[in-house]
Parts: sequence; C-alpha cells; structure tokens
Amino acid sequence: MRKLYKFHGGVHPPSNKTQSTRSAIAHAPLSSRLVVPLHQHAGETAKPVVQAGDHVLKGQMIGMPDGFVSSAVHAPTSGTITAIGMQAIAHPSGLPNLCATLMPDGREEWIERIPVDYREHSPSELQHRLRMAGVVGLGGAAFPSDVKLRTGKLKIATLILNGAECEPYITCDDMLMRERAAEIVQGAETLRYMLDAGEVLYGVEDNKPEAIAALQQAIKDSGLKHEAVAIPTIYPVGSVKQLIRVLTGQEVPSGKLPTDIGVQCFNVATAGAVHRALARGEPLLSRIVTVTGNVLRAQNFEALIGTPVAELVALAGTLPDTNGYIMGGPMMGFPLPDIQVPLVKATNCIIAASEKLFPPPPPPMPCIRCTRCVEVCPAELQPQDLYWFARSREFGRAQAFSLFDCIECGACSYVCPSNIPLVQFYRFAKSEIRAREHDKQLADQARERHEYHEYRIEREKREKAERLAAKEKAALASRHAGDPPLTSQQKTEQAELETRRAHILERAKSEVEHAGE
Amino acid sequence: MTHPMQFTPPIGKPDSVAQIMLKVLLALVPGIVLYVWYYGPAILVSISLASLTALTTEALMLKLRNRPVVPFLKDNSALLTGWLLALSIPPLAPWWLIVVGTAFAIAIAKHLYGGLGNNLFNPAMVGYAVLIISFPAQMTHWLAPHGLGPEGMALPPELNFMQQLEYIFLGVLPHEVSLDALTTATPLDNLKTHLHLGQAVPRILDMPIYGHIAGHGSEMVAWGFLFGGLYLLFKRIISWHIPVAFLATLFVIAGIFHLLDASRYAAPLFHWYSGAAMLGAFFILTDPVSSPTTNKGRLIYAAGAALLTYLIRVFGGFPDGVAFATLLMNICVPLIVLYTQPNVFGKKRKEDRR
Repeated sequence: MRKLYKFHGGVHPPSNKTQSTRSAIAHAPLSSRLVVPLHQHAGETAKPVVQAGDHVLKGQMIGMPDGFVSSAVHAPTSGTITAIGMQAIAHPSGLPNLCATLMPDGREEWIERIPVDYREHSPSELQHRLRMAGVVGLGGAAFPSDVKLRTGKLKIATLILNGAECEPYITCDDMLMRERAAEIVQGAETLRYMLDAGEVLYGVEDNKPEAIAALQQAIKDSGLKHEAVAIPTIYPVGSVKQLIRVLTGQEVPSGKLPTDIGVQCFNVATAGAVHRALARGEPLLSRIVTVTGNVLRAQNFEALIGTPVAELVALAGTLPDTNGYIMGGPMMGFPLPDIQVPLVKATNCIIAASEKLFPPPPPPMPCIRCTRCVEVCPAELQPQDLYWFARSREFGRAQAFSLFDCIECGACSYVCPSNIPLVQFYRFAKSEIRAREHDKQLADQARERHEYHEYRIEREKREKAERLAAKEKAALASRHAGDPPLTSQQKTEQAELETRRAHILERAKSEVEHAGE
Repeated sequence: MTHPMQFTPPIGKPDSVAQIMLKVLLALVPGIVLYVWYYGPAILVSISLASLTALTTEALMLKLRNRPVVPFLKDNSALLTGWLLALSIPPLAPWWLIVVGTAFAIAIAKHLYGGLGNNLFNPAMVGYAVLIISFPAQMTHWLAPHGLGPEGMALPPELNFMQQLEYIFLGVLPHEVSLDALTTATPLDNLKTHLHLGQAVPRILDMPIYGHIAGHGSEMVAWGFLFGGLYLLFKRIISWHIPVAFLATLFVIAGIFHLLDASRYAAPLFHWYSGAAMLGAFFILTDPVSSPTTNKGRLIYAAGAALLTYLIRVFGGFPDGVAFATLLMNICVPLIVLYTQPNVFGKKRKEDRR
C-alpha cells in the first residue's frame, strides 16, 4: 500500500453520484444545429479559418490557435457553416462570444485522420499535434494541454492522472474510467513519454471502486508500471494542489506550479483525449457530460461540442418543478442564464435544480467568527478575516492574508452557519485587486511614456544649445586666428559676450535639470 | 433566473447560528438543574427575567438600528447572553438587578458595538462588571444551599418559592427573617475573609459551606457546567483550546502557590470548582465573537484569562476574577490574532512566504 498524506480541512457534502451511474454512457443524437464557440479554452480565442457558407468535414479545423496559450477548434461533424458571429455561451455573465454555427449534413464525413505512434515522434512535435487537435484539460479549467507539457528543463518525477472527481453529482470521469480505462492508460503513457516523467499515479476517490478496478485491470493488461491509487473521499481532494499533497506529501509552494516541484497533473478524460488525438488522429470533438439533478433519468452522455444544453437536458427528462440549471457541480459550478447555450469542452455536468433539491438559503446573518470555515479551508486560510477585509474593501490586507491562495472551492460557504456567500466576497476582492493592478499598470506605462517624452524634448533642447554654443565658439576661434590683435575695448566686449553666453548656457542647463525633477 | 448557487453551495447545510446558540443553551441545562436542586427555583426566575429583558432589548435595539427584527431575535444569541448573566449573579436579588444588567449587556455591549458578531467584549461579562461596580451590596447576597445557613448555622430559615418571588418582585421578606440570615458569602469570598483573619486554608475548608472539592452545592453546579461543556466539545461547537488552556493554566498556577504554602493557598481543584471557572472555561471565554480565531491565539488568550482570574481571586478585591479576566483578555484579542496567524498551504517554508 502506498503511503497517503492528508491536507487540512475539507468537507463531506452528500455525493449524489449514484443517480447518474446506473446506466452506461449513452450517445446523444446528432443535433440539427451546432454552435461551436471559438473560445472554449483558457487563453486566446481561436482565429476563425472558415467562412459562412463553407462546407466542412468532421474534424476539420474551424478555429486556428492564436497565441502561445490557445487551442484549435474543429467542426464536430460534417455540414455547412451558416454563420460566424456573437452568440450566447455558457458563462456566468451570460455575455455572448464568437461562435461558428454549423448545420450538420448528417453524413458524418471525416477529414483524413492520420494516426501517429507517439514513440516515433519528439515531444515537441507531439505538443504541436495536440495543440492542432484542440486538446485541452477536460476537468473543467480547459487549459490547453500542450502548454502544460512544455515543462522546459524541469524534471518531472511524478505524473498524476486526476480521477478524483470530488464534487457532488458529477460522474463523467467515473463512467469514463469504468468504460474506457484502456484509452486513459494509453493516453497517460503518452503523456509520461512526452514529459519524460518517472512514476505515473492515478488518484481516484475510494467511492469509485468500479473505476479503480477498471483502471487496475487496464494497467495490468498494458503491462505498464502505472499505479491506480484509491484516495479518501473528501472535497476538494480533486483540486490539483490538494491531490498532489495526498499522493506525494508535497505542498506546491504558493504562487508556483506543480512542475516546480517535479509533478504534473492531467485529468483522466484529458489523457483519453490525448490518446484519441494521436493514436487515432481524431481531434477533440466530443466529451462526456453528466446530466443529473431534477431529471427522470440521470445519465452520462457522450455529446458533440456545440450540442445545445437544452437538448441534453431533454434527453434526461426534466421534471416539471425544475427552476434552473447549474453548469458544473453544486460547489463550484454556476447557474446557466439560458439553456440554449452549447456544450463546450469544459462542460462536465449539467444539474437541473428545483426548490426541493436546492432550497434557497436563508438570508445571511453576521459573521460570528466561529471559525468553522478555518477548520475546513484546504488552503489553510482565515476565511473569516478575508471576508471582513473584502467587505470593508481593505484589499491590501486581504492580499497580505493570502487571498490569492484561495482556490474558491466553496468549503467555507458550505459550512458557514451564517449562510454568508464567502466565495463571492473573495471573487469580488480578487477582481477588484486585479482591476486596480491593471489600472496601475496602464497608469505606470502612460507616466513612463510621458516622462520619456519630456526627457527627450529636454535632451534635444540641451543638445541644440550645446551645439550652438560649440559652433559659435569655433567660429569665434577661427575669426580670432586671422584677425589682428584686438584693442583693449574689443577685448572687454568679447569677454562680456563670453560671460553672457556662459550664463545663457548655464540657464538652459539648469532648466533642463529642473524639468527633470 | 436567479439561483441559490449564486450565494452558497445549495446542498445540505450544517448548523445555523440559531442552532449553534440553541445547543449552547441546552448545554447550560445540566448546570441549571443542579443549581435548582441545591439552591431552589429562584434561579429560574432570574433566567426568565433575563430572557425577557434580553429579547425585549434586542428587539428594541434592532428596531432602532433599522435591522430586521425577526431573524435576529430567532438567532438565540440574546437569550444566551441573558442566561449567562443570570447564572453569574445572585438569584435572590431584586428583579431590577438582572434587568438592568441584561439591558446594559444587550444595548451597550452588543448593539452599540454593531450587534451580533461585532462586539469586542463579552456582553454578559460587561453586564456583570456594571452590576458589581454599581450594586456591590446586592451582588454579594448569595443564597445558601439547602440545609446550610450563613456560615453553616444549623437549621437556617429557608424561603419557599412564593416567598422568594415576593422578595424578588416586592422586596418583602417574611416576618422576622432578615436577608443576612438567608444569604451567605460565596465559598471564594468566605475563604478570603477567613484568610484575612489569619486562619489556615485546611481549617477554613472544614467549615460546613465547603463540600468535597470546593463549595457545598456550587461544586456540583460546576460539575453540571463541565458536563455541558464536554457536550459542546463533543458536538464540535467549541474547540478544546480555550477550556483546556484555561483549566490547565489555572491548575498550574494554583498548584504552584499551593505547593509553596498550602495553608495560605487553596488547591488547584478548589479553584476549578469555585466561582465561575467552569462556566467561564466552557461558556464565557469560548464566545466566538470576542475570542481569538486562531488556535494558538486561543491558547494564549485562555492562559492569560486563567492567570488574571487567579490573581484577581487571590490577590484582588473582587469576589471572583473570571469576568474581569475575560474583559481584559477581550481587549488583547485583535493583537493576539495578528501575531498568531498560521502559515497557509504552500507557505510553510520560509522561502515560500512573500
């Protein structure tokens, strides 16, 4: 048995996972209209490379990665692009974003798929392929995987596959591990090769025995030296830094990345996508999503990116008293302003909400500093103090109390006896601080530009004055050379002139200096 | 569409503030039952008066401050303040004593500081301090436990419940009964008085008002509070740091003095079971609002409170030290918290701190 470590705090919310694991992953039927956002990943929006009216094949690139942290976007099926423009997407703000609308032709005609054997290619070549295949983290953050593989000179001792899935209700990784463990293992080995990593560990909460058994069987069948580790079920063990702590005993230092301590972490579903992208040449076109909550048949669906959430919800059969939908889990997810939005790479779960499932919380009471939040905070912060600082807009003190080490897991809000929406306050404080820093940066830049501008003008003035003085001096000297000896009156006049010039020069210099102050 | 998610994770809530306060009230019940057993039902009258005053003052102050009245009245925090004050002062006292103390605690110590969650000082202890300074005479008339008169006189007069009520509300005592005949000094006070008379501690503790460990009757009430406090620990309403640090420090200081001169300084257990030590350790010092939020801070705070309690009891002029020790340590809380911040995740090593 591997020695496991503990992290501070954590909570045990009711898991509500069994509802959606009773039946196998089902394929969602092809929608009549797909809306594919060009910004589905962390980083820069992909640049559209098709136009309205273009016919595209399944897997054809429609958005080109644009910038270092960016990823490609593909046509999930064959059909016609009918529009490229702003549309509502799944985002808490409800603001529209650039999307390509695709009318499927139903033929599912593929582009030419070119499978590669990863062992025959260099890691940098494979990184490029993953970037072009649109592979991003499928755990929820959607960070481009190729960027996480560029570890430079850092030696990676441990590669961790995150199958913890600690948030209540979500089971898409669980079902994927149960049904497609072999793909995950192959993908993990590919990632290990690319990182030149030492050991490979899978962290799976011990409330998923089927998934752990499936992984262990797949590892055995592959003959690889990976290890599937059952970790204690506690929220938020699936958070990267907490998972690394549990599996390796190490703490990723504040403000650093896991790679700085020789660990890299990928979601199990991402490993599956890596395998598909390379071994089958299939870009990331679909994902598995849990549809659960206030529905008749909670289930996992494999659905094409761009499928309207409303259609997925209809497949599960929404109950009549449904009063809203949550994208993601109940701890960290957000309410969908509209379910006509498309499924994106980051969508791991849709929960239909009802008054009975999620009764509205009683109105918040004042904080009584009971420190239940301190007891559960996995980042070992003082949430009650951060709350106080955020409320009173003491952002400097909030930062001094490590506000930016907060992972926004919501464990504090979960236990708060006063029902205070703590995480909302931390998000508010963080965004205020970021906005202020941004403003300060802009102001600094403007000031620097202005100062340089003034400096340049003054420098030119000074140089001009110096040049003029030198010129006159030279002219005078040359005149003197050929001239007859000066009379005493002429000598006095000349001396006076010299002093005056010196005085003018002096004044010009001092002005320049004062201007610089 | 608005959704609860925008506020807090919408799944199964653990305790609310009202439930926490209710559990603390419940935890006081064993001590109260023993109180009634040994001293009669007068304490129930003062608890009722305190509850009524606390709720009325709370409602009035909320109204004046334009705060929603009903949710705050239901949080049980005002009741708790009232109960703690009632348990700290003599039960057989004019009705206005507890009313004035409770009203002061709620209006001044709680609401003028910003209401629930914002008070720097423990409101019940502020109420106590005001009463003992303003009405010292009324605050020394403690009921003698059943079967014991003042200084342990045999067959003392005892008031029945109706007579107690008459005294509390009308100030009328039965014919030929004086207040002095009904009441007695507290075990702590009695010890101090007799020490001044030059008697040795073991001799004094032979007096009938003392029981096995401390005062006859009052030591049993302290057991009740200890029992209730353990329930709070078990229910994780309070953490162990404050009660353990308070009792341990009190034990050690009392132990040192007792070892130095057992004839002048009572044993550590006497101090544990006398006065408000148990009530303070589990119910007063643990008030979350006015105590430190860090565990290390709690240890320092409770140890300081124990030290002050002992000094005030043994060398000071007041009958007990818990109230003033609590208030003095309340002042230090912001400073203690500032200097006892634990290291956050990823900043355990010096080089990771910025």
